[in-house]
Amino acid sequence: MDITLIWYLVPALVMFCCGVYGFLTRRNMIAMLISLELMLNAVDINFVVFNRYLFPHSMEGWMFTLFGIAIAAAETALAIAIIINLFRVSKNIDVRDATKMKN
Amino acid sequence: MESVGSTIFYWIIALSIVIFSVLTVTTRKILRAATYLLFVLFATAALYFKLDYEFLGSVQIAVYAGGIVVLFVFAILLTTHPGDNSEQLASRKKVLGLVGALAAAGACGWALCSRCADIFTSLPSMENPTMHRIGEAMLGTGHEQYLLPFEAVSVLLLACIIGGVVIARKR
Repeated sequence: MDITLIWYLVPALVMFCCGVYGFLTRRNMIAMLISLELMLNAVDINFVVFNRYLFPHSMEGWMFTLFGIAIAAAETALAIAIIINLFRVSKNIDVRDATKMKN
Repeated sequence: MESVGSTIFYWIIALSIVIFSVLTVTTRKILRAATYLLFVLFATAALYFKLDYEFLGSVQIAVYAGGIVVLFVFAILLTTHPGDNSEQLASRKKVLGLVGALAAAGACGWALCSRCADIFTSLPSMENPTMHRIGEAMLGTGHEQYLLPFEAVSVLLLACIIGGVVIARKR
């Protein structure tokens, strides 16, 4: 059986939709962040797969994924710092309770 | 034509990506969600290895599975009691989430179908990118070389470290 481009895009699409579902339904900030990571990861897979299948002799998608991973790491670290700070103030990381910027 | 082992490897990767992604967003224990996310990230790394991008798979394991998931686990243990279930979802919320997910799936599916000439491309042969080539692509200034983004990312990471320390420190 020949594994074509679409075979990789479908799992990535399922992963992305799971991320959307989790982001819309979850109310715990860390769970929302986990869903966000799922979406970012699905997009990374798409970049790599398109690069590998359609442009095997260049490295654009590859480099974009590398930078995407680095930026995702930075974003997660900062978001978790904010969440922990919020927890210190309100003892809760439910997104519905975070209505004040400053108390 | 792919070998049987390669096809089996593909199915293991694809099924674990699908199953563990669904479990990540449906489980009610937050620590389990982080664990399932770890499995999804490992499956993604295996997918990169399968596509002959060894360096990218290693980066995926080191940064995502090794760094980000550890951050998540620390943050979860600092902010919630590990045994707690999250509250039961209201059905309205669940419907909203499903509608959003299906809309995303529909839009992406439509985009895929409108390009159906490309989506049945079979795997072309390729020389694996060597470390020499990767290094030149990251630190060169010519065509298809990325010195400026590389330096921008290093400044971003520095800013992120300082920002993290400033935000999370005790007052």
